[in-house]
Amino acid sequence: MQYKSQAVAKPYFIAAIGLFVGQILFGLILGLQYVLGDFLFPAIPFNVARMVHTNLLIVWLLMGFMGGAYYMIPEESETELFSPKLALILFWTFLVAGALTIVGYLAVPYATLAELTGNNILETMGREFLEQPLPTKLGIVVVALGFLFNLTMTMLKGKKTAISMVLLIGLWGLAVFFLFSFYNPVNVVLDKFFWWWTVHLWVEGVWELILGSFLAFVLIKTTGVDREVIEKWLYVIVTLTLITGIIGTGHHYFWIGTPEYWQWWGSIFSALEPIPFFAMTVFAFNMVNRRRREHPNKAAVLWALGCGVMAFLGAGVWGFLHTLAPVNYYTHGSQITAAHGHMAFYGAYAMVNLMMISYAMPILRGRAANSNKSQVLEMWSFWLMTVAMVFITLFLTAAGILQVWLQRVSDAPLPFMVVQDKISLFYWMREWAGVVFLIGLILYIASFFVGGKEEKAA
Amino acid sequence: MSGAFTKSMARNIFYGGTVFFFLLFLALSFDTHSQLPKRDMRANITPQIAEGKKLWEVNNCIGCHTLMGEGAYFAPELGNVIVRYGDEGVKAFIQSRPKEGIPGRRSMPQFNFTDEQLNAIVAFLKHVNSINDNNWPPNDQG
Repeated sequence: MQYKSQAVAKPYFIAAIGLFVGQILFGLILGLQYVLGDFLFPAIPFNVARMVHTNLLIVWLLMGFMGGAYYMIPEESETELFSPKLALILFWTFLVAGALTIVGYLAVPYATLAELTGNNILETMGREFLEQPLPTKLGIVVVALGFLFNLTMTMLKGKKTAISMVLLIGLWGLAVFFLFSFYNPVNVVLDKFFWWWTVHLWVEGVWELILGSFLAFVLIKTTGVDREVIEKWLYVIVTLTLITGIIGTGHHYFWIGTPEYWQWWGSIFSALEPIPFFAMTVFAFNMVNRRRREHPNKAAVLWALGCGVMAFLGAGVWGFLHTLAPVNYYTHGSQITAAHGHMAFYGAYAMVNLMMISYAMPILRGRAANSNKSQVLEMWSFWLMTVAMVFITLFLTAAGILQVWLQRVSDAPLPFMVVQDKISLFYWMREWAGVVFLIGLILYIASFFVGGKEEKAA
Repeated sequence: MSGAFTKSMARNIFYGGTVFFFLLFLALSFDTHSQLPKRDMRANITPQIAEGKKLWEVNNCIGCHTLMGEGAYFAPELGNVIVRYGDEGVKAFIQSRPKEGIPGRRSMPQFNFTDEQLNAIVAFLKHVNSINDNNWPPNDQG
């Protein structure tokens, strides 16, 4: 690697992969609870397993973002990281806080956890994805600020490129919008309104800046295409992201007590949200086609292309599928939402982290790329996980269409639980696709331990 | 992309576009806040409803259920559960959950709520049902 301090990224990447494994194991538990309702009840009720599944997702993605940023910023700024020591302290703080939170979810009833961790002082718990106890939320803020301080100081003493500026804006946005998780008014409509300022403005706003920036960085490195061209693309993509995504928040304001006009604003702007994702796909393929060098890390290029395609399908196409208000009236809060959520998170954010890890890890381990044998295995894991996710999404979509029809559209609407029983075949198929995903993940981890003839460091 | 469209033009459009649309979003949000009191029934929020919302949160109900369509999709929508079961029906359902679950079925935990807590939960759910949410869900089944 070019700068010694980039090495702090390594523990972040390793921890991210470890937490990813935990997320998938709990995903399989949840999938099984969908069909064998009493599985692990009352030891691990569904809501607990789901919190672990979604919170591990958030924590490992953040770990990956931080690792990626620590790897990328010194190289972009052409200077050592401001404080590698701070980066390592924050790593352990974040990992321990995350682990304790998960243990807390599993060890005691949630109400007891709330009682023990000071939820009475400031009530922030018990809202989807923001279930973390107050000390954890405060810990996230501290870690984020320390992390941003470190990166900002590094950039200030070095070169400021478009790629690192976009990344930094994305990361600062991430920290700022997280602050809305501390606002929980008694009025449930206001609560929901601002809850989306964290959740939506993260995943359909500032996180896409992080995604675009990582993608641009890896494409510059692997294709050798001129920086001017790549950075121009990056600006166009993030412009499209924010001009569609910010007002696109309105697609969450259809049925939660907010005025009718959001049905127009939300439908129109969020219908445009696939465009930046499509641009990302075109961008990735275009740059790879115009490559000026053959980078030995073929696996990283595969992840980059895959990320573009899957983000477009998951976030773009599956998002569009149910984003128009007249459609969403029927699909809101159904398995359609779950289908979209799975492919979007995998395609956009899991894959961009796996791409960054795939590119950076070999270099952090002192070589330009892994051996051919190792890369072949990694590409197998790419295809297994990606195809499994496509099937998970298709099965959930089928379940969702049937659910919407039986419960909301047909002449004699059936109760929720009756419908769930009728569509259990699709939940079984989803679970099997999940098992294939896990096999892909195991191969992915195995690929790190495959030796062979490695490409020398450049 | 050709030379006519330069990187600095792209950058300016990015910053300008972002600021413009964020301000537009703030303006819409501001307008929403002026309209909300008529829709969110905030004048009716009592300490009991507030207590019900807190119980809803600290027991992580959203981890299985949806409320106005948001949450998890493992158990029924509760924004209109009052319409399906009525006050007493909701209380009786929550109270009667077996501690060890129902064999083979999706089971709701037994929370051992007091009568006062059950009343607070019902008051909260009734409040949510009274919110003007553009006529969602499509029917009583949620």
